[in-house]
This record gives sequence, structure tokens and C-alpha cells, in this order.
Amino acid sequence: MERAIRVDKGWSWRTFFLQWEWLLVLIFIAVNVVNSTLSPYYLTLDTFLSTPQTFLDMAFLVMPMTMVIILGMIDISVASTAALAAVIMAVCFHAGLPMPLAVVLNLAVATACGLVNGILITRFKELSSVIVTLATMIIYRGIAYVILTDQASGDFPKWYSSLGWGSVGKVPIILIAFAICAVVFGVLLHKTSFGRRIYAIGNNLTAARYSGVKTDAIIVTVFVLTGLMAGFTSLFLTSRMGSTRPNVAQGYELSVIAMVVLGGVSTSGGKGRIGGPLLAIFIIGFLNYGLGLVNIQAQSLLIIVGLLLILSVLVLNLRFRGRAQRSVPSAPKPVDSSEPTKRIP
Amino acid sequence: MKRAVSLSESFREIGLLAFIVILCAIFQLRNHNFLTLSNIRDLLTNTAILSILSVGMMMVILTRGIDLSVAATIALAGMVSALTVNSFRAISPVLSILEGMAIGTVAGALIGLLIARFNVLPIIATLGFMNIIRGLTYVVSKGAWVSAYQMSDGFKAIATGNVLGVSNPIIIAVAINLAFFYFINHMKTGRQIYAVGSNPEAADISGIPRRRIIFLVYVVQGALAGLGGVIWVAKFASAQSDTAMGFELSVIAATVLGGVSIAGGSGKVSGLILGTILFGILNNALPLINVSPFWQQAIQGLVILAAVLTNVLVKRNSQRFALRRRAI
Repeated sequence: MERAIRVDKGWSWRTFFLQWEWLLVLIFIAVNVVNSTLSPYYLTLDTFLSTPQTFLDMAFLVMPMTMVIILGMIDISVASTAALAAVIMAVCFHAGLPMPLAVVLNLAVATACGLVNGILITRFKELSSVIVTLATMIIYRGIAYVILTDQASGDFPKWYSSLGWGSVGKVPIILIAFAICAVVFGVLLHKTSFGRRIYAIGNNLTAARYSGVKTDAIIVTVFVLTGLMAGFTSLFLTSRMGSTRPNVAQGYELSVIAMVVLGGVSTSGGKGRIGGPLLAIFIIGFLNYGLGLVNIQAQSLLIIVGLLLILSVLVLNLRFRGRAQRSVPSAPKPVDSSEPTKRIP
Repeated sequence: MKRAVSLSESFREIGLLAFIVILCAIFQLRNHNFLTLSNIRDLLTNTAILSILSVGMMMVILTRGIDLSVAATIALAGMVSALTVNSFRAISPVLSILEGMAIGTVAGALIGLLIARFNVLPIIATLGFMNIIRGLTYVVSKGAWVSAYQMSDGFKAIATGNVLGVSNPIIIAVAINLAFFYFINHMKTGRQIYAVGSNPEAADISGIPRRRIIFLVYVVQGALAGLGGVIWVAKFASAQSDTAMGFELSVIAATVLGGVSIAGGSGKVSGLILGTILFGILNNALPLINVSPFWQQAIQGLVILAAVLTNVLVKRNSQRFALRRRAI
């Protein structure tokens, strides 16, 4: 598959406004316009501050997933990781572990899950990340079932529930945490050599390795980060729900991947920015909220997320294909047969 | 060279067979009712749907693809055929089967179109369609169930009937496996599936219609999933929106366990059948020896991981062996 080398042509109005992100901004505005016609109470500051509390827990997965997909890989074990971490946290808390330590344990378990993924993927390069994370997805969820069977576990201390529902002034804590993580991941991906290397690996793993990029270390780091962020997701999710079960966060992996792809990150790797996925989180979140306003059942959201995923991949594929074709130098014009050809004696 | 390869390939089948025998022996020791005729028949009947779908999954994986939408297709095809039976009780079972397969075919064709024509990654396309189809199942059924009393006896007989003591699902599964064996080993299109998977560029250059093959593979997988859906609903005599939730993982697991390489282009029908049976035993026999059903998922996952990792290690070993043979 040929890839066009993008030469930075400097800044111009045209290229600035032709970015994918602007399309997302338009969609976001459209969703909000529709929502505000549905409910007269919609357009208030409170809506925009409180609604994110209901969907932002997933957002912590979107950022590392963006990195994973830019690497040209995929991680479908994230939801299971979050479930396992939450279950272990709950069980250890009820076994007498103080809650702050249980929270740390949650993050440690999730990070360990990510580490296992990363090690398997880099040690067994013949295997695609799809199959490795598919297997670990089943294993992590399976372990969660072994530990907690079909029980729910809750009764966390009061301060813990403020993680999901509390706010500083009027701004929810989860929104602040999200903003901090977004900035950290934005800087990591776009302003550090670590980020540049992720793009290099996504564009061409072999070339990156031969150029001296420690590809294995970078890949493991990205998967460890993914695990850690799955831990954050499970913290906020458990706090919001007040209890946890082994089947918690089921299907998150799809929504997260859909958001990243909708955000303009190419699934073939090496392309995309963090801004798009971050916008996509809010598009799908508010879309979901609007569907709730008109009483459409939650299952219809499955169809919409699926369609959005497919449509955005289609549009992106066609767009990149168009660009690749344009970058190919035009073929020499065929020689006009009416013109006498010179004969070489 | 050729002998070394064939040795390591049959090594896998022998290994699987040995593993099945050992497993059966352990189960028999723990529970003396394990190796009875009726239990074996139950086990095979329960594995039949898995076997039908793993045939389709093998084709998909041979072309370097993956299909996560099969379980959703099972649910939709099963639900729609059950709803039809509920409205028109006199409908013939054959028509019900055809109806389910038609639904599956349409779903498979759409997925195939995305993957073959628009270069969407298989995992993304099927992940998206998994949700669209599952959502459609909810919409079609409005969240309600279709229960046993709403189905005609003829419809339920699709799965509960038998010919000479062998239940219908087993017969269908055996027929499909035989047809598949002939197709993939002795027909041109079947061989082209291997060619496309083992080297897409070379397949293109040799004039194999790569995109058409990939499209075909997903259509067949869809049709098989539709068939599986009808059998599933007839067997459990209940159609629900969350029928077969997570079953796609079992299908992939059985296929990978059978030695079909996830990198595409390699895998044998004999291995596939053994892998499916082994997986069927793990799925159905664990409760018999008092293993908690909550262990099932973790064990399945570990088995998949062990299977793919062994696959890689065996391959590495055989390559090293082949290299050593070439050394002077």
C-alpha cells in the first residue's frame, strides 16, 4: 500500500478549514441544535457541565486508544481490563483494604493487564494485536467472573462516590480530570519525541526499527498507558454507579474505537490527531443524551454508533485514497499516434 | 523441506487428538456418565452450531480477516424467523431456514462489500455491523421474547428432530463440513481462498479475483450464521434480543484452536473439526465435573491464548528446523 509523504506546506486558510475536526465541530453544533429544539431547558450551562458526568468515564479510554490505533494496532481488551480492575478493587475493599489503597490497587491491576498485552504483542510479533487482545479480553473478563461470580459489590465510602458525582464549584471533578488527561495526552502525542515515534511506528514499523526507534519499548509503553487509563475509567465508572459487577463496561471497546475512528484516526495507522477523538466523545455523548430526551431506547444507540463507525471509516478511506491518488505524479501523456515518430536508424 | 512442513502440520492434529483423548479420560474418571452414548450425542448436538459457524470463520480467517458479527447475525436471523413462525404457523421449516439464511446473506454481503470494495478493516467493519445487527434485533423484537408455545412443532423439529437417531443439527453440521472439505481442497475457488490469504499481492498478480473472493467469504459466513441462527432458536425454543451474546468469541476460539492461522492462508479442515470438538467438550463438559460455570470464560480465554501461542512456537521451531536442514 503506497503512502503519500506529507510535505508541510505551511499554514493557509484553506487547509486549516478543510480539516476533519471542523466537520466534527459542525456535527457537534448540529447535535446540540437538534437537542435544544427537543427540550426548552436544554441550552443552559448546567446541561453542559452535568451531562458529561454521564459519559466521560469512557473518555479516559479514548485517549490511549488513539495512540494504539495510530500505532496501527487495536486493543479490544480495554473494557474487560476496566471490569477486572473494578472487581478486584471492590473485593479487596470488602476484605478490609482501606479504600485509598484499593484505588491504587485498581490502577495497578489495570496497568498490569496493559503490560501483559504489550509484552504478548511484542514477544509474539507473528500475532496481530487483534487476536492477542481478543484472548486477553476473554481472560480478564473471565477472571472477573471467577472472582465475583454474578454478584454485585458496592457500599464504597462516601468520598469515593464524589469522584463521579462531585464537583469543584460548578465544574464536575470528572471534567477536570478529563481536561488534565486530555492535555497530558495531547502533549505526549504531539509535542514529544515519544509521540513522533508512535506515528513513525504506525507508518512503517520496520522502517522505524531500522531508524533506531525502540519499537518494542514504545509499543509496550502505549499498552501500559492504555491499561492505566482503563483503571481510571473503572474508578470513575464504579464511583458513578455506586457498585460493580463482572459485566460492567461491556461494549465500551466498541464505543471507544468508534469515537477514535470518528475522530479521524486512520485504522491503518500513522494518521490522525488527538483533537478529533476528543470532539467525538462529546458528539456521541450528547447524541446519546438527545436520544434520551425523545425516549428512544438505548439499543437504538447501538445502531447509531455502528453506523457512525462504518460511515466515518468509509469517508476517511475515500478521502485518504483521493489524497494518495492526487499525490501520484500524473502519468506521461500517451504519444499522439498521428505525430510521426522519429526512427532511430 | 516438504516433509518437514507436513510433519509439523500433522503434529498439530495429533496433538489436538491426544489432548481430546486425555481430556475425555479425565472427565470419565471424574464423572462416569461422561462417555455414555446419550451424553456424547448431546455434546455433539450442542457443538453442531459452533461447527457450522467455524467453517465460515475458517474461510474468513484464511483471507486474513475476522468476523465479530456472527453472533449478532445468529440473533437477528433467529429472531426474524421465530417472529415469522409466530405470525404464520403453517410455514414450512425449510422456508424458515431459507429465510434465516437470506437474512444472514444480506448482512454478510454488506460486510463483504465494505471490506472487499471499500478496504475497511475486517475488525472495524464487523465490529460496526455487530452493533447495527444487534440493535436491529432489539428494534425488530421490541425487546420481547418469542417463546416455545409461539413456535410451531415443525419449526422446533429443525433442531430436535432426528434421522436414524442422529439429530438434525449433527447431520447438517457433518454435511456442511464434508461439502466444505471438498470445496476448500478440491475446487478452484477454495484454493483461491488460500492464495488470497497467504499472499494478497501475489494473488492479485496471478489474476485471482481477490476482492470477489473476500466478498464471497463474508457472504458465505453470513449465510451460515443465518442457518445457525434458525437452528439455535429452534433448539432452545426461545428467541431473545441477546441470543448468542459473545458467541463470536467461541467461534473464533474454536477456529484458532483448530490451527487456522490468524495471519491467513494456513489451516486444515481436519484441524478445524478437532478444534471445534475440543472446544465443544470444554464448553459442555465442565459443568459435568463440577467446575463452576463462572470459570468457563476464563478457561476459554486461556485456551485461545495457549492455542495461538503454541501455533507461533511450533511455526518458529519448524522454520528453524527447516533452516538447519538447509545448512551444510
